Amino acid sequence: MTGADIFVRCLRDEGVDFVFGYPGGAVLHIYDALGQQDKLKHILVRHEQGATHAADGYARATGRPGVVLVTSGPGLTNAVTGIATAYMDSIPMVIFSGQVPTHLIGNDAFQEVDNVGITRPCVKHNFLVKDVKDLATTIKKAFYIATTGRPGPVLVDLPKDVTAQKTEYSYPKQVTMRSYNPTVKGHTGQIKKAVKLLLSAQRPMIYTGGGVILGNAAEPLTELTRALGYPITNTLMGLGGYPASDKQFLGMLGMHGTYEANMAMHGCDVLFAVGARFDDRVTGNIEKFCPTAKIIHIDIDPSSIAKNVKVDIPIVGCVDTVLREMLDLLKESKQKPGHDALKAWWHQINEWRGKDCLKYDDTSELIKPQYVIEKLYEVTKGDAFVTSDVGQHQMWAAQYYGFDKPRRWINSGGLGTMGFGLPAAMGVQFAYPDDIVACVTGEGSIQMCIQELSTCLQYKLPIKIINLNNRYLGMVRQWQEFFYEKRYSMSYMESLPDFVMLAESYGHVGMKIEQPADVEPALKEALKLKDRLVFMDFITDQKENVFPMIPAGAGLNEMILL
Amino acid sequence: MRRIISLLLENEAGALSRVAGLFSARGYNIESLTVAPTEDPSLSRMTIVTRGSEEIIEQITKQLNKLIDVVKLMDLTEGGHIEREMMLIKISTTDGNREDIKRLSDIFRGRVIDVTGSTYTVELTGAGDKLDAFIEAVGRAQILETVRSGVSGIARGEKSLNI
Repeated sequence: MTGADIFVRCLRDEGVDFVFGYPGGAVLHIYDALGQQDKLKHILVRHEQGATHAADGYARATGRPGVVLVTSGPGLTNAVTGIATAYMDSIPMVIFSGQVPTHLIGNDAFQEVDNVGITRPCVKHNFLVKDVKDLATTIKKAFYIATTGRPGPVLVDLPKDVTAQKTEYSYPKQVTMRSYNPTVKGHTGQIKKAVKLLLSAQRPMIYTGGGVILGNAAEPLTELTRALGYPITNTLMGLGGYPASDKQFLGMLGMHGTYEANMAMHGCDVLFAVGARFDDRVTGNIEKFCPTAKIIHIDIDPSSIAKNVKVDIPIVGCVDTVLREMLDLLKESKQKPGHDALKAWWHQINEWRGKDCLKYDDTSELIKPQYVIEKLYEVTKGDAFVTSDVGQHQMWAAQYYGFDKPRRWINSGGLGTMGFGLPAAMGVQFAYPDDIVACVTGEGSIQMCIQELSTCLQYKLPIKIINLNNRYLGMVRQWQEFFYEKRYSMSYMESLPDFVMLAESYGHVGMKIEQPADVEPALKEALKLKDRLVFMDFITDQKENVFPMIPAGAGLNEMILL
Repeated sequence: MRRIISLLLENEAGALSRVAGLFSARGYNIESLTVAPTEDPSLSRMTIVTRGSEEIIEQITKQLNKLIDVVKLMDLTEGGHIEREMMLIKISTTDGNREDIKRLSDIFRGRVIDVTGSTYTVELTGAGDKLDAFIEAVGRAQILETVRSGVSGIARGEKSLNI
């Protein structure tokens, strides 16, 4: 079998259903093999960045690794933004890049770059396959590394001659590597200590992140949180890890988190961090972070623990198994959460809740972006997959669309990649063709990967695009308003396209919505068009800002409120 | 805090650049780095000398352990250990100082390994400060060239870094 045929067979044996890619010279043998079968579906994007984001969206929604195929040189460099996006959010992904033939490597050949070198800082691991005999084992290793431990993207670089060479096919059922043995089970002694500390808390707080989503631990987390009766907050990446509609949920925390979540973080005496990494957007000024708290931290990656803040009880392990072990201990324990202290703590939290920090001017004659998200939540009954780009619209989607289930909120939290939303929505829609997939975006972000509208037509993806169009790079404008004395340098978006005509020219349905009263009817009408992509261009209030906000250098208790 | 970290890593193309890349990407400092294959040709042994606070050193060891190519790691400075560095140093002997240099290299237990009419090349092994002291004693004006291997280290006693 040729290397190209082996490649296709390996992916099928690995259970891959979609490959997102774009052909080119170095991968022509592979495309020839792909074209002669129909079990493995190849999705032709319009730009390699779109391929990586689509595979990423697919992975985030399903939990299965996303697969990408790009050619050498510019094919790979275009994919780098998407690879780095997946790396920052620990998304399992396997990227196959074409490479010039082995005898030309290092020769500055046509469309040659050092793929392994360029991607090294933004992948979990990468491989260059120099011999077709190593191909199948390397592919197996790539999937194994990408999906185990703390997940992440793995790149496999395939020189063109390797895909033409022949060898016998054999795909290993499993691989072991002496240098890679991710920890799964937490240390029992540490887990016992953690349960004891949790039960002795007077003002407890549970803070959970993307690790709960990636580790499929929403169920034990919810059970444990309910059994304890403690307040809980999710990071941007952790939304959906605990039902947002539950009364114990205080909303998102951090720079644009709720007043009650941030104040409870600041005031707690025991902080229980689960699959979260104390990112700077969460902690604010690290010197002022949780000044009175003892901290328990569960994470599968030892290097995430004690990286930014000192931890009292570290537990390295898979969040799912550790939480289940804690639940068992909790059930056996005679000790119960302190009733009176907890009651007083909830009383305090409810007082903070009374601030109603997410209120906004709902009497405006202009469309308020928050209102659009609230209506989107209502008409989709809170059950849509929502992807977003990066900026104000992302924060509003996170704040106002209450996610009750994991893997429904799909956004680039770590790298903050504009252009992520639309291609990610494609990946989600391929995985779940019958579900509602909404892409919440802005007129700045959507133009960074607008070409994928063409892919959506080719594959008839009925994505609903919610474009919150304020004619500004809103988050940049907000910072300029607050911190640069309203000098709006380069944040105004002039010469915007007519998005309705643009959508129509790509063969989709376009709508322009300019009145608050038209928001809900437009959303309902769009959802009725079950087999069409609808681009909804909402002309929103230009000057709306995201509140609450923690300015740079401030602590979690020093929020700017509306 | 000065630390000596020993690693066993897969002897594969690119493994060195993963380690070096980690240090530059995260802003850790490298004082010296040596690497060569071990008695098992599939493994390389690397010795890194670095400096940082306790927190930084903890992160360095965790991040190194996270690299897929790293098989095993040991912080030699946590226990008794021996460190050695080798230096080749070419010294000008045109000032009528041949006797002095020979005597000096004997005192430091060095060996003259190459001789010309105007130079001595001396080989010297020891801890870093011994090599520094020899350089001081010879005097910079006479030194034509120095080559230092960087630190290699090994734990004292029965403790050993192997798989």
